[in-house]
Amino acid sequence: MQHLSRTVSPALPHPCLRALRAAFPQTIPVLAGYFVLGLGYGIYVQSLGLPVWMPMLMGTVVYGGSLEFVLASLLLGAFSPLSAFLMALMIQARHLFYGLAMLERYKGYGWRSFYMIFAMSDETFSITCSAVPPEGVDKGWFMFFITLLDQLYWVGSAGLGAALGTVLPFSTEGVDFVMTAMFTVIFLNQWEKDQQHGSALIGLAVPLVCLAVFGSGSFLLPSMGGILVLLLALRRPMEKAAGEVEE
Amino acid sequence: MTAVQMGLTIAVCTAATMLTRFLPFLIFSSKEQQPPEVVRYLGRVLPAAIFGMLIVYCLKGVTPFSGSHGIPEALALLATIALHKWKHQTLLSVAGGTLCYVLLVQLVF
Repeated sequence: MQHLSRTVSPALPHPCLRALRAAFPQTIPVLAGYFVLGLGYGIYVQSLGLPVWMPMLMGTVVYGGSLEFVLASLLLGAFSPLSAFLMALMIQARHLFYGLAMLERYKGYGWRSFYMIFAMSDETFSITCSAVPPEGVDKGWFMFFITLLDQLYWVGSAGLGAALGTVLPFSTEGVDFVMTAMFTVIFLNQWEKDQQHGSALIGLAVPLVCLAVFGSGSFLLPSMGGILVLLLALRRPMEKAAGEVEE
Repeated sequence: MTAVQMGLTIAVCTAATMLTRFLPFLIFSSKEQQPPEVVRYLGRVLPAAIFGMLIVYCLKGVTPFSGSHGIPEALALLATIALHKWKHQTLLSVAGGTLCYVLLVQLVF
């Protein structure tokens, strides 16, 4: 307990508080984004007829925007834990690579490390992987508060959206399109980033075929399997198209 | 789905998420260690494919041969894409596309 053994002058706030003060400005862009998307997410989940606390619960334990949207709609369908598990794995797989990038940064802060890994989001990762705390501010607390504030923004906005959804004076019919629009925009951003578009096209084509063959109730598992198999089978040409393999 | 099944589905998704977040810290100890090349390849190509699949997943309920024939979905998708090509503001495109769809299904179709 280093902060107890030190003489703390009243002018200097607790190191914990100082870290919070340094972390907050870093998170303002995330606050703006999470507020808008979280509101939409809360209203959307509420419009599906799920309990008003559901968006906050999912935001707390899962805390991954894309998966939470999908999870809410899975809850309306037939019980299929295997499909849900694989879907979650595939949507969240990118976190594996965030973890790899943060191996050293997130190590050695005890329970704070545990929480920072538990609540890693795209946005939090994008800040903590590069932000440098001001002098005299503890790096562990700094990254911890960035993580905590971001999750609070998300859970708070989701709760607010769900509460709003119950009192809105107009119909929320059609709000569920927020999920489609969000994935479309992420898809477009990814398209512009990628050197090759084979994987994007596979991601559209395989599920379309599976939807036609298996129907909307059971096309997810074959889609995921088909995508993985095709991506692995086409590895050479895809890497060539991306310019990753020399002739 | 019963309440218990909902709870299980959420638990399963939480477990999968935590697996992806904690696994690197459990198996690797330094940056020098890297996952197999095939895993890194999937890391590069999977995101585009997954979001393509999620778009299809979102539109799985569209009936091209009956009802509104998927016209509101197609129009709202076009609006989302056009807005994004024009302004390139993620939140604006999502909000605009959704608003377009809400107006279409409530006022037109």
